Amino acid sequence: MAENRQHTETVSDIHKKITTAFKLFDYDANNTVDAREISTIVFSLGCFPSQADLHQIIAEVEEGSSGYVHLDTFLPVMTKVLLEHRFPPIPVEHILRAFEVLDKENKGHLEEGELTKYMTEEGEPFTNKEMEEMLAVLLNNKRGLVYYRDAVGLLGFDGVMK
Amino acid sequence: MLSWLRGIGTVMGCGVSKSSQFHKNSRKAVTTIKAAVLIQRWYRQYVARTEMRRRYTWHIFQSIEYSGEQAQIKLYNFLGYLMDNFTPASSERNLISHIFREHEVCLDAEWERYFCYKNIEVPEVYSGPHLTFPLTVEQAVGLLEAFRNKKQLHSRYALQLLLETWKLLRMLPNINRISTCQSKEITICGDLHGQLEDLLLIFYKNGVPSLEKPYVFNGDFVDRGKDSIEILLILFSFLLVYPCDVYLNRGNHEDHLINLRYGFTKEVLTKYKIHGKRILKLLQKIFSWLPLATVIDQKVLVLHGGISDTTDLGVLARLDRHNYVSAMRPPKKRNSSSSGVSIDADLEEDIWNTSKIFQRRASVSYPKPLGPRDCFQNRSLQDFSGRIKVKMEDELESSRRRESVYQLAINRSEKDVLGVSNDSVTSYDNPKEEWRQILDLLWSDPMSQDGCIPNEVRGGGCYWGPDITEDFLNKHNMQLIIRSHECKQEGYEFCHNRKVLTLFSASNYYDVGSNRGAYVKLGPDLVPYVIQYQASSLTRELTARQSVGRTERSALKVLREQLFAHKSDLICAFKKFDKEATGLVSLNDWASAVESVMHLDLPWRMLCSQLVSCKSSDGTIDYNDWFNELAFKGPNAADHIDQSLLETLYRHRSTLETIFRIIDTDNSGFITVEDFRQTWKLLSVYLKMEITDEDISHLAVTIDSNNDGSIDIDEFMEAFRLTDKKSRLERGRSMFMGTVTDLTKLEGDPSI
Repeated sequence: MAENRQHTETVSDIHKKITTAFKLFDYDANNTVDAREISTIVFSLGCFPSQADLHQIIAEVEEGSSGYVHLDTFLPVMTKVLLEHRFPPIPVEHILRAFEVLDKENKGHLEEGELTKYMTEEGEPFTNKEMEEMLAVLLNNKRGLVYYRDAVGLLGFDGVMK
Repeated sequence: MLSWLRGIGTVMGCGVSKSSQFHKNSRKAVTTIKAAVLIQRWYRQYVARTEMRRRYTWHIFQSIEYSGEQAQIKLYNFLGYLMDNFTPASSERNLISHIFREHEVCLDAEWERYFCYKNIEVPEVYSGPHLTFPLTVEQAVGLLEAFRNKKQLHSRYALQLLLETWKLLRMLPNINRISTCQSKEITICGDLHGQLEDLLLIFYKNGVPSLEKPYVFNGDFVDRGKDSIEILLILFSFLLVYPCDVYLNRGNHEDHLINLRYGFTKEVLTKYKIHGKRILKLLQKIFSWLPLATVIDQKVLVLHGGISDTTDLGVLARLDRHNYVSAMRPPKKRNSSSSGVSIDADLEEDIWNTSKIFQRRASVSYPKPLGPRDCFQNRSLQDFSGRIKVKMEDELESSRRRESVYQLAINRSEKDVLGVSNDSVTSYDNPKEEWRQILDLLWSDPMSQDGCIPNEVRGGGCYWGPDITEDFLNKHNMQLIIRSHECKQEGYEFCHNRKVLTLFSASNYYDVGSNRGAYVKLGPDLVPYVIQYQASSLTRELTARQSVGRTERSALKVLREQLFAHKSDLICAFKKFDKEATGLVSLNDWASAVESVMHLDLPWRMLCSQLVSCKSSDGTIDYNDWFNELAFKGPNAADHIDQSLLETLYRHRSTLETIFRIIDTDNSGFITVEDFRQTWKLLSVYLKMEITDEDISHLAVTIDSNNDGSIDIDEFMEAFRLTDKKSRLERGRSMFMGTVTDLTKLEGDPSI
């Protein structure tokens, strides 16, 4: 049926998808990428892994301690991840509610300091650089407030990164 | 509320039933942690996605840029081949011989008369700067200010300045040698490409050149940007004021044949309508006299492109650099005998085999999408191999013809010393080898693998690996190579174990926000200190991520135009996959077909959603609908012109314009109708397509509306909408005047 066709991808399609994303970082055209690019590649394939998940994947695919990953190793591992839908996208409402949890006083916004504290101290903490960038993107006014409802709408994932 | 948390990871086993404060708090703590994790994960995903977009946007621009360069070189190889394979009687041959021949035969003294500025009057209404020579630093700074205020230097002063520069450059060695003694820090700048804003920014941040502040400018001052001539005038004026503290290296764009394609020629002719021709001619000489490299403290080598496994500083220091006027034209041997008969057959072969020279003994097999390497030597021939087959017997015939052709060429003008001036008695060690050395210096790019292979993407120079760098530095007892030639996101990039530094000083090169620029300061410790910047106050407020959206839209627009220009070929390719003629192809097939035509090695599957909006629900694409989507309004002038011809015009517009400008040997902006016809004949062979005489007449008639037998090149290009009005050359810097907020908003809205 037409609806089914829309949702099932063949393994060959998945291979192509993974290879395309991989090759964007294969600067020497020798089917190898720097291990540090793996997280970007995995994310760009529509997955939402945690940092721990990523470390695990990288450990699995890295060539010893060379810092490089070869496509031949990466392809089967990543194919499995995609076929299992192991790291599905987080629905937008959940992100919104996550913000609401942090917004203890139900103000509808978070202070810069508040958000910074949570992001750099809890969960899988941001580095200073990540925090700076997040603030640059989300803080859009002089009062140092993050209107998270807008933010979520803005950066929402439309699931089309094929 | 907790249900949505379950899917994420293990909940830390807190019972909901216990109502003690302790459990409530710890439950809250757990929730907070989980919430934080979610948000972090979500944000990191956004960052990665943006990075991906930035990466392929870059890829798009770079692919198109490099394939343009490659096309340029292919064109010249082709013309060279034609020159040797058409009989003397053939009219095409006359045309092409224009290109490879220098008409000038003069002594330098005669040149100085030709370039004389003394008769040029400066009108009272002129409000730009007046220069007196010898130049002072106040005047150089004044020039800077004048250009900042959008004034133009009068042609009289421009010519005078250029003449003085020419005189000075002729005294300089091929390789500048400087030192950081007296704790002087040397500032090194990379490609500027006519972007005046960046030069002004560098001088603002770092100060103008002076005795205490020496500068090295590493080539590619011109082309693409709109203020190339102003940049040159500024650099030359400081060079004249501080000849021991300003150093210029030649780049691959300091080459009049490249300038024909990439905008500098046009810029000069537009800004200097009366004297532009002379200015360009003088610049041609100046470019050939620019030094090839600079060595700092005998330890740091600064040059534009790079090195190869055969780079020899000794050879480079000894050769006569001014004989190499253009990297596109291999040298011809100077005619020593007056009757001008014997031509070194070896050199002729060079011209035909220009592409062969790029062939190296490769140590690494390098799978590139551009075809197997053993065909590379025929790359320039592959466009017309179908039409012109060179067989064994023909080979012999053609080499005989070649010689006679040259005899005729030389006899026609026995004083025809191609590209060589008479002021020096030269003896080449081996001009072919020397030419190759210079080509490598100006065109090569580093790669991560060991070895040295031809640079097929650019069409000139080579790719060189870390082992080559190591060997070279050891051999010359040096520690660092600073080069430019490649645009880098951050304005600079180290490679080869930090022994090679790429420096690029034209920020926002591909589009507003695409990249930063950088310059380097080197003190006596020879540790490079990099300073980055980005012109345009708007982009300074944006993070790299935020400007991705803008640049991406720009890249996609360019890509769509390219795709549309290849419509016929694409439809052919699609039909191969659509054997049942349903008009539909799958996503995979679409991607394969597109790559097979475009040869840009881009991630088409990833770009599909951005390029095609008429995808049906089952994921197939109606390619006819797609072309309707892509179509841009065609030119009215061309209603009676065949559609596929128009498409060809559009696709090859750069090549077309280049050929026109080549033929326009006196740089007047006009060519005769007859030459126009010849151009089309040439093009039809090069592109392997049929253009009837009738077609050509139609084209000519459209433009030569006053029937005076000459065609205005610019008018022609514009009439057929072949000039992109928004090209880098023409558009101003900050087109978009929004705030950071507006831009972030835009980014999220795909419909804008």
